[in-house]
Amino acid sequence: MIDTIDIKEIVNEENLVYKKSDVMTDSIMHYCPGCSHGTVHRIIAEVIEEMGIQSETVGIAPVGCSVFMYNYLDVDMQEAAHGRAPALATAVSRLLPEKYVFTYQGDGDLAAIGTAETIHACNRGENIVMVFINNGIYGMTGGQMAPTTLEGMNTSTCPYGRDISMVGSPLKITDMLATLPGTYFVTRQAVHTAKHVRMTKKAIRKGFENTRLKKGTSFIEVVSSCNSGWKMTPVKANEWMVENMFPVYPLGDLKVPKD
Amino acid sequence: MMKGNEALAEAAIRAGTDGYFGYPITPQSEIMEYLTMEKPEERTGMVVLQAESEVASINMVYGGAAAGKKVMTSSSSPGISLMQEGISYIAGAELPCLIVNVVRGGPGLGTIQPAQSDYFQSTKGGGHGDYKLITLAPASVQEMSDFVEMAFDLAFKYRNPVMILSDGAIGQMMEKVKFRPQRKRSEQAPDWATTGKTPERERNIVTSLDLDPASMERHNMKLLEKYRKIHDKEVLYELIDCEDAELLFVAYGTSARICQKSVQIARSQGVKVGLIRPITLWPFPTKIIQKMTGQVKGILSVEMSTGQMVEDVQLAVAGKIPVEHYGRMGGIIPTPEELVEVLKEKFIEVEIT
Repeated sequence: MIDTIDIKEIVNEENLVYKKSDVMTDSIMHYCPGCSHGTVHRIIAEVIEEMGIQSETVGIAPVGCSVFMYNYLDVDMQEAAHGRAPALATAVSRLLPEKYVFTYQGDGDLAAIGTAETIHACNRGENIVMVFINNGIYGMTGGQMAPTTLEGMNTSTCPYGRDISMVGSPLKITDMLATLPGTYFVTRQAVHTAKHVRMTKKAIRKGFENTRLKKGTSFIEVVSSCNSGWKMTPVKANEWMVENMFPVYPLGDLKVPKD
Repeated sequence: MMKGNEALAEAAIRAGTDGYFGYPITPQSEIMEYLTMEKPEERTGMVVLQAESEVASINMVYGGAAAGKKVMTSSSSPGISLMQEGISYIAGAELPCLIVNVVRGGPGLGTIQPAQSDYFQSTKGGGHGDYKLITLAPASVQEMSDFVEMAFDLAFKYRNPVMILSDGAIGQMMEKVKFRPQRKRSEQAPDWATTGKTPERERNIVTSLDLDPASMERHNMKLLEKYRKIHDKEVLYELIDCEDAELLFVAYGTSARICQKSVQIARSQGVKVGLIRPITLWPFPTKIIQKMTGQVKGILSVEMSTGQMVEDVQLAVAGKIPVEHYGRMGGIIPTPEELVEVLKEKFIEVEIT
């Protein structure tokens, strides 16, 4: 006879090993199975919960797949126009300097239409955390070419592959931002394995702690897959990401504070 | 004695403004110059930040307003065009804020000289979607100062962006001005503001997005209802020599100042003319113009444009009496004598022939 545990006992607190963060709502996510957004949302929620800063956090959602981030995180949030999140965050942080302010943006939002807002917020060293999801594609509008689309990669607006002689090379905006004196901590992470999830969480936690210490801008890129946009299975998309994205966007810290 | 732009900047500090976000553009750069010179962060704790563009400025205003703060920006015509995206979002998300437009001539880069050719953009929406800005038109340096506090009060009363529509002449000219006493910056945030979710309340979300058609239509209807209320309650205008008037000027801002002199000149020549000066351009003083159609024989709408406000005058008059427009463009300001000649030419000499 197999020794089973009763359902009522599973939910007993002493038997719980993992649970949904209290900073996440009960809303069902609209993300595709295999998408990285849900994982990164959860990481942010856990960091906010663990640091006990829910009542002091203001988030800025972008335009793109994560436009509805405010449905999933139980924190005060503003929905920005496409690319403008760093401008909103600048004002919130300046006017409420004791609060934790973060932006959450995709590659089209942060590195194309919002390039100016991104660079200048970082250059001013705004005391905010910027989380940058880079999957090399416009997910929400149906898989068009992004500034970070790899050379030769197919999208719905470069169906024969990205031709860099026509549209330029993938924009390594994180590398550019690391050169600015205003950025305090710049790192590139991923969430395709449990180990990488833990590393990303550590990086995001460090970002929020930097805000507490008023250190300036913390910028965390998360190289992500978009299996629907890439037209692959979730498993295949992660493999493709490791083989193709990581050589162009290598993981690791780009700028670590000396102190 | 102070420039209109400087008076507005001083009034902004005194109104208890929490934040100003702007980008330099002629003819209104004195506003940010005055603010940075005055160190309002020491006087009241007001934040002043030069943004990287007008796009960033208006989105900083969005962020600050969504945090429940009293925030503003200022610019001139081409810069205001760049802000239209942000203004539409602010109107959609029902955020209070002040936007100052010290108008210069257009289209395009145009000129740095005064004009009144942004009337449509200010009063009919300006950006995408159905929305309205409450639009105030100062006609003096004193009003550049007074309208700041009034604008913020209206903005917070209705959770709606308010525009002060000035022009390069009023921004640059110097006049005497009397300031109101310093107002304290508010320490209390409105209950809808994103200041951090406390256990006592649900989270606050500021957004203009709603993908459910029925719900988005309800939101549009709610905005419409608000605009109707504003239209019923907040119309402001000034009547000058209208009691016995047989002809009427309608003009705002700089044009109204000139028309006021034209009224004196015309009356000294025996022409009984009055002036309606709209102070709120939206809501437009439709009713008083309608009422005057029973008294006057014709209306001359004067505006430094090819004719924008005249359309609202015509809508009010509804064909009952003749309505004409006279305007100068490109930074040329009409003279009072010129307007009297035009008035006589359009409405009096016609009768003789």
